[in-house]
Amino acid sequence: MAASTGPVPETAGGPDRAEGAGRAPARRGAEPGRIRLALTRHWYAWAMTTPVIVVVGVLVGWPLARGVYLSLTDATEANVGRTIGVNVIPATYKFVGLDNYLSILSSGLFWERLGWTVVWTAVCVGLHYGIGLALAMMLHRKVRGRSVYRVLLILPWAIPGFVSAFIWRYLFNSDFGVINAMLKAAGLGAVGWLDDPFTAKIAVIAVNVWLGVPFMMVALLGGLQSIPAELYEAAEVDGATPWQRFRHITVPGLRSVSSTVVLLGTIWTFNMFPIIYLITKGGPGHSSEILVTYAFREAFTGVRDYSGSATWGVLILALLVVLATVYRRALRRQGEVW
Amino acid sequence: MSTVTATPKARSRGGRGPLASILLHGALITASLISLFPVVWLVLTSLKPRDGWLSSELEIFNRPSLDNYARVLGETEFPTWLLNSVLAAALTTVLGVFVASTTGYAISRFRFPGHRGVMWLLLVTQMFPVAILIVPLYNLMAGLGLLNQIPGLVIAYLTVAVPFCAWMMKSYFDTIPREIDQAGMVDGLTPFGTFWRVVLPLARPSLAVTAFYSFMTAWGEVAYATVFMSQEEKRTLGVGLQQFVGQHWSDWGLLTASAVLIAIPAAAVFLLVQRHLVTGLTAGATKS
Repeated sequence: MAASTGPVPETAGGPDRAEGAGRAPARRGAEPGRIRLALTRHWYAWAMTTPVIVVVGVLVGWPLARGVYLSLTDATEANVGRTIGVNVIPATYKFVGLDNYLSILSSGLFWERLGWTVVWTAVCVGLHYGIGLALAMMLHRKVRGRSVYRVLLILPWAIPGFVSAFIWRYLFNSDFGVINAMLKAAGLGAVGWLDDPFTAKIAVIAVNVWLGVPFMMVALLGGLQSIPAELYEAAEVDGATPWQRFRHITVPGLRSVSSTVVLLGTIWTFNMFPIIYLITKGGPGHSSEILVTYAFREAFTGVRDYSGSATWGVLILALLVVLATVYRRALRRQGEVW
Repeated sequence: MSTVTATPKARSRGGRGPLASILLHGALITASLISLFPVVWLVLTSLKPRDGWLSSELEIFNRPSLDNYARVLGETEFPTWLLNSVLAAALTTVLGVFVASTTGYAISRFRFPGHRGVMWLLLVTQMFPVAILIVPLYNLMAGLGLLNQIPGLVIAYLTVAVPFCAWMMKSYFDTIPREIDQAGMVDGLTPFGTFWRVVLPLARPSLAVTAFYSFMTAWGEVAYATVFMSQEEKRTLGVGLQQFVGQHWSDWGLLTASAVLIAIPAAAVFLLVQRHLVTGLTAGATKS
């Protein structure tokens, strides 16, 4: 493969082979000029990824390291260093080791919040995917007015998240919200949607489902359209039932897209900040607070507890990394490697 | 035998029974209504007269008025916020699409040392909760003198938008057959030339998604903008709007009117790219 490209730099000639070829000299180690060799071989790839690495590294890597460090101290708003006018107040917080982690993990609050966050994520992603797939399959068929339906269905995605959050807060308003007006018109009593823990949770899940379905739908529709129509035609000729076609053509054909969007959807939902923060403000009480909004509250209300917030952040990150690793293992076991 | 079974099947490929059609349209119409309703209600509320939002009554067309819009545009800082948001969103989109597509292409096509590391980095970055990053990032921005600067905000947005976009572009490039690249190189193009002239044009649907996502990231972001843009005249829409429905005083009339004005550019960008959002462009390219 690589040989046939002749004078072209060997970098991209045979992408599959390049890995083997690139690693072999590296393993030999002592050979002089192997860095130069790697440079000539891979500089295109490196040049194309460098901007991302630098920006992400500086703006995510450094703050992350700093955050991890803060989680090991007892820093709060009161004892971090500040500069007020010309007076420089030195920082007085100290290193406390794993105390923050111990106190958070031994508190019931963390596990309670974690439980609700898991429920929230599972329900939201399940509904996103299920509804998104159903709509994508309907739109994939020959339907009159398909493009109109598509635009209407993607609309929630086109509205900025914070705007949607405000709209829904207004709709759920117990005194002049339209949802209660409709309930009354239908002869049912008004519901104080955001005043009761249970209905507040239903409300935020409903909003998040409304927001998240279009993305899944678009991604899955793209996946459906990349499945060659010939497969379906051949299956039909062979007499496969619609269910068999779905099971043996659609599902495998969507695997690559599905695995990506489900993982991303899980991460996003887990970290979904604006919906809960802007609609219920975590309330009533702490009942609808997920881990992320709780950590934010720690950092930015009252006496700002930087170290506590950082500890929550590190715990959230650790949970997600574990999740992604397990997920990736599971995928690989089924033969899907990325 | 096969000709006998083929006849009824042929009908099911072309069309459906009337009942199935009704069910299909019924389901799609229901879903469309649900997706549309909050937006329609937003527009209707914004057209009520001042303080009209205080009633939930469904009689909205009594006294339609543009009072809320006049107040938003004339009596508030809304135009300034709008300009800031447009600048930040436009810059994020242009830079985000370029950077994400080159990165996506590199990790899709080349197997280079650090390849898996880059992919992990892109994925892991998405998991970072704002809560852990925002305080240190604020210090960093202050140190670099980028607070209250739109470029600073754009860079912060890129860290949010680019990992996802690169990931999406990579998935899409994976579906473009390598034979197309190889054909380009046989014709004497450099790897970058192949990417720019051959592969990128084929990836237009994915570029549209990427552009849309970058735009929406910047347009709808609140947390970073709140912390980084503290000066009055540097606020973006997401920050400014919160003033309309604060703790002690709220005016949903102002909020709904400005929400409509914010949603218009988003919807406009959206209509521009949605044609590309879901198309079978690659399928066509591969077959021919």
